[in-house]
Amino acid sequence: MATQTTEAARASEQAALAGTIRVAVPEHSLRTDLRAVSIVWRRELIRFQRDRLRAITSLIQPLLFLLVLGTGLSSLAQSGMPPGVDFKTFIYPGVLAMSVLFTAIFSAASIVWDREFGFLREMLVAPVSRASIVVGKCLGGATIATMQGIIMLALAGLAGVPYNPMLMLILVGEMLLLSFTLTAFGVMMAARITQFQAFMALTQMLVMPLFFLSGALYPLHGLPNWLSFLTRIDPLTYVVGPMRHAVFSHLSLPPDAVAALSPPITWLGWPVPIMLCLAIVAVMGLAMMGVAIATFSKPE
Amino acid sequence: MAVQGLPGPAAQPGGNGHRQPAAITVAGLTKSYGDIEAVRGIDFEVPVGETFGFLGPNGAGKSTTIKMLCTLARPTSGTARVAGHDVTTQRDLVRRSIGLVFQDTTLDNYLTGAQNLRFHASLYGVPAGAVNQRMQQVLEMVGLWERRDSVVMTYSGGMKRRLEIARGLLHAPRVLFLDEPTVGLDPQTRASIWEYINELKRREDITIFLTTHYMDEAEHCDRIAIIDHGQIVAIDTPEALKASVGKDRVQIQTADDQAAIAELGREFGIEAAMHEGAVTFSVASGEQFVPRLFAGLHTAIKSVSVSRPTLDDVFMSYTGKTIRDAEASGTDQMRQMAAHFRGRR
Repeated sequence: MATQTTEAARASEQAALAGTIRVAVPEHSLRTDLRAVSIVWRRELIRFQRDRLRAITSLIQPLLFLLVLGTGLSSLAQSGMPPGVDFKTFIYPGVLAMSVLFTAIFSAASIVWDREFGFLREMLVAPVSRASIVVGKCLGGATIATMQGIIMLALAGLAGVPYNPMLMLILVGEMLLLSFTLTAFGVMMAARITQFQAFMALTQMLVMPLFFLSGALYPLHGLPNWLSFLTRIDPLTYVVGPMRHAVFSHLSLPPDAVAALSPPITWLGWPVPIMLCLAIVAVMGLAMMGVAIATFSKPE
Repeated sequence: MAVQGLPGPAAQPGGNGHRQPAAITVAGLTKSYGDIEAVRGIDFEVPVGETFGFLGPNGAGKSTTIKMLCTLARPTSGTARVAGHDVTTQRDLVRRSIGLVFQDTTLDNYLTGAQNLRFHASLYGVPAGAVNQRMQQVLEMVGLWERRDSVVMTYSGGMKRRLEIARGLLHAPRVLFLDEPTVGLDPQTRASIWEYINELKRREDITIFLTTHYMDEAEHCDRIAIIDHGQIVAIDTPEALKASVGKDRVQIQTADDQAAIAELGREFGIEAAMHEGAVTFSVASGEQFVPRLFAGLHTAIKSVSVSRPTLDDVFMSYTGKTIRDAEASGTDQMRQMAAHFRGRR
């Protein structure tokens, strides 16, 4: 106690002398960690807000898929579609997932960028747990990726998807989950890969297979075994499936048409419930975030 | 801050007016990266309120030492306490008591100056109510208050460094670490950074630990440790270090130089010679010798100049080479270490 009082007295004396505002940095606690999470998260938002160009450019690829590929292939695909259903409606959930995919992984790249420009060090030397920084990053990336997805969601009309509030809410929730897991994946990689070029090359290499294997562009039943297997190990599958299910259950279609276009994901013939699909994605996200935290917490 | 009840022998101030514990205490500190011994057993103590400089060529172990003191690198052996806390076992306590300004910038170029400071304030838990006031104080100190809402990308190199110093001070640390605070800046900006640091010493009750490889900067320190090949070769005030090199150089111009030289030898036992058109000789403390010279020399003196040995002479006398020679040979080792770091971080 004596220590505290002398220190305080000394500090206030000094403050009076120099007109300095004394700041006592508080003990490390859950509150200080939460404050750290929140500021790391807010920084991501500020930077995203400032980078309008990125928001626009990351819309281009999903739009290309939806409008160009969707329209171009529709005459070919129409024979396989029930009457009154547009091919664009079919690929729309996949396109939503795609817009989230790009933004989420690129936002994780900011860690590599921060490392290169030294800002990562400012975060790593702070008297907060490294976990709070990783969590802030993951939440920040998830937020901006979801915001990007919401812009695409606003274009639902172009794909013949109704603006049903319940549907929109479900889709936003699913995009949030997907963004979180993808950002966690990106952060986990960024914890190990210290060079920007290497990180970009690796993510570029992964993004397209993830997208193509997710069933974003084709239904997942009746595929050859090898492809069927690959689609089942793609985490994106477990979000695109539920998203498509949400979209088609909000269209007024006969049940057999829904079953044909949006069949449940199966494991050796067993249909995986929607909730389990989403739980798988959530658990993967948390696990990858855990790995990222462990990597960052290792001292030099 | 609750510091009572901490283990360890480095006594906390008892509140009965005893000597304050040192701001930094280092004993037998070493750090190896694989086969490279970056720091080979150093010991020193920095009392509270002192400005202490680590002077040495690049690759001498300055940055590695700072990294260990800031808990960014674990010592291979030995101990170090900063603000009373052990750098290996009480990392968070150390981090909370220190401010850091690194050699390379660690600012977010896409945020404004104020946003960078707010980010820091949140990470260091500066009470929300005090942030604005404290921010204004530190920004005014470094002359950046007017530019607080500009994006950092638009700042000059000197402004960025000043912003980093302001940020390092934001949470009122007890020890401020400056790793090469003026490297890469033009001489004018360097001078202005030093103005801010000196101003800071007047205004805040703070201990400053800095590294530099500029001789003239080391002069600003209360005490200097000269470090070479990971070891401290000398540690003292700049004056004492220069005095230890020995002699000041005295040059006089007289009415009759030859007579003066003869007289110096006869009366004072000093060997003098003509250099640069003046009678030149070396004595232990030139300033004190000059009055005796006037009293004892019969030849009329026209002018006197006394020059002190520079820290360049000091470095030379302790390491046998100039700091520039040392840099040239140290660069390879530094590169090797830098590569090592990049691989890890």
